[in-house]
Amino acid sequence: METAISSERVTAPGSGATPAIELVGAAKRFRTPSGDVYTALHDFSLSVHRGEFVSIVGPTGCGKSTTLSLISGLAPASAGEVRVMGEPVTAIGKQLGYVFQGDVLFPWKSVMGTVSAGLRFRGVAKREAQERAREWIAKVGLSGFEDHYPHQLSGGMRKRTALAQSLITSPEILLMDEPFSALDVQTRTLMEDELLELWSSTSASVVFVTHDLEEAIALSDRVCVMTAGPGTVKGIYDIDLPRPRHVSEIRFDTRFVELYRDIWENLRDEVLLSYERAKSNG
Amino acid sequence: MASLAHAALDEGVAAARIKVRRHKQLVMVLRIAFAVVMLGSWEILSRTKTIDPFFFGRPSEIGHKIWVWATVGTPDGPLWEQVRITMEEALLGFGIGVGAGIVFGLALGRIRLLAEVLGPYIKAANSIPRVVLGSIFIIWLGLGLPSKVALAFVLVFFVVFFNAFQGVREVNEDVIANARILGANRRQVTTQVVLPSALTWIIASLHTSFGFALVGAVVGEFIGSIHGLGHLIAFAQGTFDTNGVFAAMFILAVIALGAEFLITALENRLITWRPSRRDEVAL
Repeated sequence: METAISSERVTAPGSGATPAIELVGAAKRFRTPSGDVYTALHDFSLSVHRGEFVSIVGPTGCGKSTTLSLISGLAPASAGEVRVMGEPVTAIGKQLGYVFQGDVLFPWKSVMGTVSAGLRFRGVAKREAQERAREWIAKVGLSGFEDHYPHQLSGGMRKRTALAQSLITSPEILLMDEPFSALDVQTRTLMEDELLELWSSTSASVVFVTHDLEEAIALSDRVCVMTAGPGTVKGIYDIDLPRPRHVSEIRFDTRFVELYRDIWENLRDEVLLSYERAKSNG
Repeated sequence: MASLAHAALDEGVAAARIKVRRHKQLVMVLRIAFAVVMLGSWEILSRTKTIDPFFFGRPSEIGHKIWVWATVGTPDGPLWEQVRITMEEALLGFGIGVGAGIVFGLALGRIRLLAEVLGPYIKAANSIPRVVLGSIFIIWLGLGLPSKVALAFVLVFFVVFFNAFQGVREVNEDVIANARILGANRRQVTTQVVLPSALTWIIASLHTSFGFALVGAVVGEFIGSIHGLGHLIAFAQGTFDTNGVFAAMFILAVIALGAEFLITALENRLITWRPSRRDEVAL
């Protein structure tokens, strides 16, 4: 059954439709408090097809998260073009989900309030919003915790809540910024499997930012390797592992190991470069 | 083995509970002992004339004074009337000050331009020792209630304003970004994200600002009025009635403690989502 879902949702790259996300020569520069100009992202080009799962990996501080803020419309690009569904990004996208790295749940809202927030903000009546929220709470396995507040939940449960909160608005674009980096290894693998399962029942295009190459390969259709900051694309790899995948097992697959070796070969220099820089900066 | 371990654990928990209860009892006993020692030595020192009862009063006399005020009446009329007048002034000033403080704090916290333009003026206004405004308010508004409310208001306003402003500024940027992505417009971000987030700051300011409201009302009455607890103090001072001053002080302390209790109750009601503080006990 899972196979049926996954074969149905695959959209062949270059199937004629405009890509879901397109960045062409995008750059982002910030002015630092001391007045200098800091370039976070430089000549970054990437296109994500509809329904595709793309991961961006790169060393710390290479501007991975910046790409997400450009796509989301939270921050404008300093140069280049950013298009979502063929339209230039000028404001925060309506059909967008964003799972943040840190804990951004509202501490004063229960799981029910948190998950239904997106629908309520968009003007859905309370009763309907709660009904749909209840379905999503069940989907992420938190039934019975509707009235719990974030501080009463474990890290994994908080991430599930955040996932349900983002997915309830049925986003066409799902942006994820190292969503599982704060979780312990076991919880993390479980969450990765759960994410793939949830995603397979949607048609969302995903951009998943991580510094963990294993995670990137296990989840994605393509992996984009970035250079050390100012970040730009160093290489893009097709991940031809069959779906449905089980993150906990796929790591032992010979093809996985091959891919990992290839990509790591490329990524390693950037990681070392970034590490040397961090060291010399104290 | 397992059940043995359980039994041992249960015993440990029971022992810990007893420990907690004993500790609470000890604190209570020591508190009462502290009051007895302080008041007792004051009474004795005053009776033995080690300290001059004319200047320092005497607890028993202060108690008697309150009793007389409560049963017979004060020089200004019935005691309850004085309490009611002072409370009315303080509560009105407090309510208006809190409301205005929150509105201005939110507005300046959310609208950058407004903060940049008005910022220096608010700082300047805040640097004026506000008690001297009492004189101006009495000239403007007369000896009645409005001048006291105005003084309580200016004292409360700045405390609440600065806390609300800071609370708005402290809101996690990513939490706001998350709400915007979820579809919240500017107004929804303000009312449903920024305000609840700043609420802990605002409520923290209520504890201190009610005290300020009481100061405003009492000082206002002190400077110029014909009744209220502040006037009672001024009158007692004028007749060198030390016990009268202490009696009014005691009544004010009781009012302040009562208000503090109510504000804490309000805090617990409004911020139900906050993790309760757990008192950890070492087993």
